Amino acid sequence: MTNGFFARLKAGLARSSRNLTDGIAGVLTRRRLDDAALDALEETLIAADLGTRLAAQVVERLRQERFDKEATEAEIRGVLAEEIARTLTPAEAPLAIDDDHAARPFVVLVVGVNGGGKTTTIGKLAKRFKGEGRSVMLAAGDTFRAAATEQLTIWGERVGARVIAGPAGGDAAGLAFDALAAAKKDKADVLLIDTAGRLHNKANLMAELEKIVRVLKKADPAAPHAVLLVLDATVGQNAQAQAQAFGDMVGVTGLVMTKLDGTAKGGVLVAIAEAFKLPVHFIGIGEGADDLRPFAAKDFARSLVGLESPEG
Amino acid sequence: MRLENRLFESLSGHLADIFDRLKRKGALSEDDVNAALREIRIALIEADVALPVVKDFVNAVREQAVGQDVLRSVTPGQMVVKLVHDHLVATLGGGPGDSGALNLNVVPPAAVLMVGLQGSGKTTTAAKIARLLQAREKKKVLLASLDVARPAAQEQLATLARQIGGASLPIVAGERPVAIAKRAMDTGRREGYDVVILDTAGRLHVDEPLMHEIAAVHDAARPAETLLVVDSLTGQDAVNLGKAFAERIDLTGIVLTRIDGDARGGAALSMRAVTGKPIKLLGTGEKLDALEPFHAERIASRILGMGDIVSLVEKAAETSDRAEAEKLARKIEKGGFDLDDLAAQLAQLRKMGGMGGILGHLPGVAKVKKQLDQANIDETMLKRQAAILSSMTKAERKNPKLLNASRRQRIAAGSGTTVPEINRLIKQYQDMALMMKRMGKLGQKGLARHGISALMPGNPTRH
Ligand SMILES: Nc1nc2c(ncn2[C@@H]2O[C@H](COP(=O)(O)OP(=O)(O)OP(=O)(O)O)[C@@H](O)[C@H]2O)c(=O)[nH]1
Ligand SMILES: Nc1nc2c(ncn2[C@@H]2O[C@H](COP(=O)(O)OP(=O)(O)OP(=O)(O)O)[C@@H](O)[C@H]2O)c(=O)[nH]1
Ligand SMILES: [Mg+2]
Ligand SMILES: [Mg+2]
Repeated sequence: MTNGFFARLKAGLARSSRNLTDGIAGVLTRRRLDDAALDALEETLIAADLGTRLAAQVVERLRQERFDKEATEAEIRGVLAEEIARTLTPAEAPLAIDDDHAARPFVVLVVGVNGGGKTTTIGKLAKRFKGEGRSVMLAAGDTFRAAATEQLTIWGERVGARVIAGPAGGDAAGLAFDALAAAKKDKADVLLIDTAGRLHNKANLMAELEKIVRVLKKADPAAPHAVLLVLDATVGQNAQAQAQAFGDMVGVTGLVMTKLDGTAKGGVLVAIAEAFKLPVHFIGIGEGADDLRPFAAKDFARSLVGLESPEG
Repeated sequence: MRLENRLFESLSGHLADIFDRLKRKGALSEDDVNAALREIRIALIEADVALPVVKDFVNAVREQAVGQDVLRSVTPGQMVVKLVHDHLVATLGGGPGDSGALNLNVVPPAAVLMVGLQGSGKTTTAAKIARLLQAREKKKVLLASLDVARPAAQEQLATLARQIGGASLPIVAGERPVAIAKRAMDTGRREGYDVVILDTAGRLHVDEPLMHEIAAVHDAARPAETLLVVDSLTGQDAVNLGKAFAERIDLTGIVLTRIDGDARGGAALSMRAVTGKPIKLLGTGEKLDALEPFHAERIASRILGMGDIVSLVEKAAETSDRAEAEKLARKIEKGGFDLDDLAAQLAQLRKMGGMGGILGHLPGVAKVKKQLDQANIDETMLKRQAAILSSMTKAERKNPKLLNASRRQRIAAGSGTTVPEINRLIKQYQDMALMMKRMGKLGQKGLARHGISALMPGNPTRH
């Protein structure tokens, strides 16, 4: 991977942790890690979307270990990052594509609420998998949103992947089924299926999603081999309800967190990784085809608390 | 259960409640307020209100709340919740000028500029607004996409324009956003459009070149409305993005999208506080008719998530007559409860629409509530009893012992009721007077230990 790539990630993550860092710097002018300092620390974590419960927990652990000790800024950040990384490390797992799979393709269904970055992430994934030497096909399963098919088609052209699309307003499950048949015929290694954005509290739309899974299983009982939930880093505590509902409905197997190139810190991911024991496969750090990174717990945590990522 | 017994129970519960509450102190202490605000702080953070905004908000409420009177029949904590709610509504609603309506009173075409982060709902909202202006205000609207970044963004807007039977600016490949804005405004002028809606690419507030671009677009189009479109699912980042956009361009309002989700929507408060701009519209779905005017009340209840308590306090406030209640309490303590007091209580009951209505809101009275629900107080009976009482002389109401058979006949004729009904009412009064005595003895300790149900006839905890 290029240097520019990491520079960009670093810049993005540095931005995303700026406020947290400022908060900690404020804490550390006090030098001694007393109650007031710990309270301030807890607030910086809350401001990172960690949620009140987790923020309190992390700070409590810090309290027990270090209370009233003198500490340097780097030390405290390090401990804080370790605490967060401890929760996140089990979530650090690449998306393993089973190439020996007897019945190709490896089917990836991409789901999530509206506007989170599903279609864009599919474009990025396609580029990545192709770069790894796999043949990739895309299915324009969002038959609802205006120009959703056109959007995916442009991504297909960009990354050189065939796009299976149907008419606007058509049946998404039927399209997914046809796409799987086409991918089998073409002997594609990976089939990435886009879906329309939907809020998890809409029962009818969630049922539609479940139907896509059901129909796919008719063609291949093992499909979809992965169900990726795309989470927008800007979203606050509601992301937990999203993970719960999509998990219940279509058996989410992994997460992607997008838009980490902004100032949103994505701290809710910590709660989700902990509660649902789901791997976080990738993070999105921009709108371009290369702006996708494997999730690295330590980097995420260190960047979150304002420490440089080790690669930098 | 006989009807009058049920009424008796209801009144007992009501009186016991008043008795209980009046033993509390009358004003909110600092401790009361701080205890409640600790919970409120957590609730607001969990609702995704940004932390700096939570702090300011809680401090403002604290200042207001300490020393405020507590309504009878609510706890100090409930009272604070109500004050928080009111402050929330006031903050969200903004000043008198912030009607929420789009202000398009300029020389046409009026430009409406849509800005915001990626995926917040700008393009969809642009089409929704166009549809609304076309349908409701018979305006001629031109939609123009300045989004040259996202694949098929311009096609998306053109498709939406077709769906609403509206016009969109023809797409010219390779044209830059500022040039598109100018062409859109020129077209608007030339072709007699009332409104030109400019949809822009999503951008991060830390993306310097794109923030510079949006400022340039703003300068070129001189929009009548510049709307920041924000996802109501947004978390703590709301303050950063709100601040950055407000600093960079002259916003006139906020649109909150995905209100149809189940997020508590704290971003509404963050946005309002940080930008100082009114929230004008709510996106309530993906379909193009899913656009609603902003209602501070509705969003406040949603953020706070304590609607029951708020409506309880409101109801108590409606029916509260503190002086009367205090007078009654003194009488209860002295055992001097007469038929005038019964009449006042009946009137109060009718005002409240039955005890089930008010007590149902109180936490921890489920058992009593069930009994009250069963009581199913009958409006006509309350009316008849009130008529009986008003046909009595003042002397009779003060001293019910005067009510011999002939007086009862006179009252029945005067009130259009029957003697048995009058007998029942008097029996009920006697039972009640007895209960009052018991309540006086039981005092606050007994009530605290056994709750209101201690006063219910047939209750095992009865002394
Ligand atoms: N800055 C940034 N923008 C992103 C990222 N991922 C996606 N986006 C942008 O977010 C917006 C929405 O992305 P889409 O991929 O269309 O989202 P979606 O989930 O498919 O949306 P719907 O299909 O409408 O539900 C687009 O403008 C993308 O360019 C990211 O990692 N960083
Ligand atoms: N449920 C729901 N979905 C909405 C609402 N408003 C917009 N959406 C959906 O959110 C997604 C993104 O909407 P867009 O209008 O494309 O968002 P945008 O801000 O123009 O996105 P970019 O141009 O990529 O920055 C689409 O799937 C819309 O259908 C809303 O109020 N409720
Ligand atoms: Mg999409
Ligand atoms: Mg758009």
